[in-house]
Amino acid sequence: MEQKTKIGAEDGKQELVITREFDLPLELLFKAYAEPGIVEQWMGTKVLKLESKKHGSYQLETTDAKGNVVFKANGVIHEFVPNRKITRTFEMDNAPFGVQLEVYEFEQLTDDTSKLNMHVIYESVAQRDQLLKLPFAQGLNVAHNRLEDIVSKLK
Amino acid sequence: MNLRRDVFQAIADPTRRAILLLVASQSLTAGAIASNFDTARPTVSKHLQILTECELLEQKQNGREIYYHINAKKMKEVADFIEPFRKMWDDRFNTLETIMKKYQSKT
Repeated sequence: MEQKTKIGAEDGKQELVITREFDLPLELLFKAYAEPGIVEQWMGTKVLKLESKKHGSYQLETTDAKGNVVFKANGVIHEFVPNRKITRTFEMDNAPFGVQLEVYEFEQLTDDTSKLNMHVIYESVAQRDQLLKLPFAQGLNVAHNRLEDIVSKLK
Repeated sequence: MNLRRDVFQAIADPTRRAILLLVASQSLTAGAIASNFDTARPTVSKHLQILTECELLEQKQNGREIYYHINAKKMKEVADFIEPFRKMWDDRFNTLETIMKKYQSKT
């Protein structure tokens, strides 16, 4: 089966491309990126601010059950062309990943299907690779923690 | 402390990737591998050394010759490292699709 979400990450390059085809009309796909209330739902983070317009900015924040901030990010919107394109920066607070430039291109395939092409450019190859490995590393941590849990119960 | 070589650094080099492709189909001696490249023999040896240190290649003695063959397990690890990242986005996009389908039926 062909994968719906594809990642293109060439070795030694400070960029990556994420593509995905959606079972959604183009307008709906774009709306999912433009409306704060909807972004919150699928990104699983609070949207403190999202000005979907040229020279607008945005702020995202996720807190855990105790109210501690576990993720905070912000950026500015450089270009906003409805149903076509969003160019913006993205920066995670308190993380060593620098600022990334993101170019989102929205494309209509049929009346009911659409495609997203997400081009992300990082400050360096090292930063990109580090970010790519992040979920991998986290997955390992989760596995380790689970192992620790199990082992500690055996004691 | 940079004694342990980084696998991802190892496969970032085009010659080393070509070596891995070559050895993937059959075990080869250093000489046979080197004959596929214009690069000087010591350079190829260095590449083989790095790939062996990263455990992407394994050496096996066969009579007087040492054959290099691919460590499939380690290669799988490398191929898989981007998968959690892809999966993370795939899950996120699936959620987006579900939410927007509901949104669509509401309007």
